[in-house]
Amino acid sequence: MLLEVEDLAVTFRDDREVRAVDGVSFAVDAREVVGLVGESGCGKSVTSLALIGLLANQNTRRVRVEGRASFDGLDLLRADARTLRDIRGREIAMIFQDPLSSLNPVVPIGVQVAEVLIRHRGASKPEAMRRAAELLERVGIPDPTRRLKEYAHQLSGGMQQRALIAMAVACRPRLLIADEPTTALDVTIQAQILELLKELVREDGTAMIMITHDLGVVAGLCDSVNVLYAGRVVESAGRHSLFGRPVHPYTVGLLRSIPRLDEDRGARLTPIRGSVRDVLPWAQGCAFAPRCDRAIEECLAGPPPLAGVAHTYRCVNPEALP
Amino acid sequence: MTEPTPMLTPEGQPAASPDLEPPPLQAPEVRTRGWQALTPRGRKQRLDRLAELAAVHADEKGRSLWAEAFRRLRRNPAAVIGAVILLLFVLVALIGPFFVPYSPTSTEWADQVKEGQNIIPGPSAEHWFGLDHNGRDEFSRVIVGARQTLLVGVVATTLGLTVGCLIGGLAGAAYGLGGRRGRQIDNFMMRIIDMLLAMPSLLLAVSVAALLGPSLITVMIAVGVISVPVFARLLRGSMISQAHAEYVTAATALGVRRGKVAIGHVLPNSLAPVLVQATLTLATAIIEAAALSFLGLGNPDPAVPEWGVMLTDALTRLEVAPRLTVYPAIGIIITAFGFTLLGEAMRESLDPKLRR
Repeated sequence: MLLEVEDLAVTFRDDREVRAVDGVSFAVDAREVVGLVGESGCGKSVTSLALIGLLANQNTRRVRVEGRASFDGLDLLRADARTLRDIRGREIAMIFQDPLSSLNPVVPIGVQVAEVLIRHRGASKPEAMRRAAELLERVGIPDPTRRLKEYAHQLSGGMQQRALIAMAVACRPRLLIADEPTTALDVTIQAQILELLKELVREDGTAMIMITHDLGVVAGLCDSVNVLYAGRVVESAGRHSLFGRPVHPYTVGLLRSIPRLDEDRGARLTPIRGSVRDVLPWAQGCAFAPRCDRAIEECLAGPPPLAGVAHTYRCVNPEALP
Repeated sequence: MTEPTPMLTPEGQPAASPDLEPPPLQAPEVRTRGWQALTPRGRKQRLDRLAELAAVHADEKGRSLWAEAFRRLRRNPAAVIGAVILLLFVLVALIGPFFVPYSPTSTEWADQVKEGQNIIPGPSAEHWFGLDHNGRDEFSRVIVGARQTLLVGVVATTLGLTVGCLIGGLAGAAYGLGGRRGRQIDNFMMRIIDMLLAMPSLLLAVSVAALLGPSLITVMIAVGVISVPVFARLLRGSMISQAHAEYVTAATALGVRRGKVAIGHVLPNSLAPVLVQATLTLATAIIEAAALSFLGLGNPDPAVPEWGVMLTDALTRLEVAPRLTVYPAIGIIITAFGFTLLGEAMRESLDPKLRR
């Protein structure tokens, strides 16, 4: 296993304690693409930020991170700041959701790409700029030598995301964390970016964690999928198993709320009732129970244990058995 | 600058699940090309097509936010007027002294001045602004005095800018990127700055000038010192607000060192308000310098004309020759006005809310 996350928990303490991530466990094999799926606020992004140690940097909040995240034998949650800085960008790289605000508006694209190479590869400035042009070409940006001198606002959204991807893959990291990389983009551009990511991780043999709320993205890209709800993984399985035989009522609900082309026009979608706010703390029972149609008394007896072998789930009254 | 190729194709569906076959559509050629663009095999065509579309605006060079701001500045009449005033002022200050009709220190017309009888000759064909109380040519003195004024303004502002930016930049970087220890450092530095800010600026300047004794350098230092806390506060605040920007997180996520993030990413994004303030400070620096000279803390050497000193000298003779106060006063007002116009216009052009 390249990355093994065990019982990752993140607590924000402001006026009251908020457990944004509540015992997430999953694993990523080398060259594997793993999906983390869930609604807004289920702890997807916090998980990824905690993994590369960027939560402690946000000094306006008080954050507590617990658990274990072993990356090739090193516990990322306990590594010191210096080690983490060396790992970021070289071993683990991250792609963010909003490409425009993730690029520095007053620094040319080329300098930003070259910076990563200078930092981790010890390249000289001209050498790094030459490599940066190659990287931009590799991610499908035409006329890269001219684009190198341009600024973020002169590129379209798709091009900006390509530039960010170029920065992320510059040092051929072993793990790429993509935090909703397509959310801010047009549907057609989304497809291109996903195709590009797929191609890059295959060519470089990079493992990838794809964080998304879009089950379509997962279906096209991921080898295995973890469905998160209220900061905990509620179902984890291979792509075919999950889409073929969803077990957890939440996963089933997510799949039902996708509009389908083969349904009658005017047929109503089946949303999950309630909202993410209607959660029960995991300690008291299943957090999804207040919104679940299949909730029974045992759901409130305590946190549902993990069941299943290859296709695991947390539910005492599942829709089907895997 | 829009995303060129495949956005033009009518396919929306592949995004959700790229494994799907593209549905049949009415325009087959466009569809085929668009679909190829999405597959790795079609990359070459895709690149060619993109290059073709990109070539339309190939004449555009890399244009930074600064260049954009400058373009907006050129269209602002206030900025143009301010810039013209300043250009004239700088020209007068730099080359004026070589073209003045008389030496500013020559007292060869002293016999025409009879202070006992309240006679100070006014403007004439020979002496455009008349003579001053020592029988020197007032016009030559006003022109040569511009140089002193410019020198004091620029040196004092540069001093304040440099020291203020060092303190503010350090504090801002420490607070924004340095964690708990950084916030302590910032806290310490800012309390000192707060103490400086709490003092009335002219009082502070007078204290500095009194400590160092009257001279031109004293005026520069005194005026510089009072602008230090302003620049420090401004740059610090600006850097802290930038330190939480997403591009900082993104750069950190790629392992860029904290020092590099502070200097290469946060600082360039924080400088705009500081530069605007510097232009506005030039205006106040000129006024403050004149005020200090007026209070007798400036250059004691009467051989070097300076607008503030000229004002002081003229004040006691206000009833005899009020014009002697008018010339240097107008010089100070116009110069300060020019800097203020330009500074305000710069602020507007850099303010994202007022763009376009």
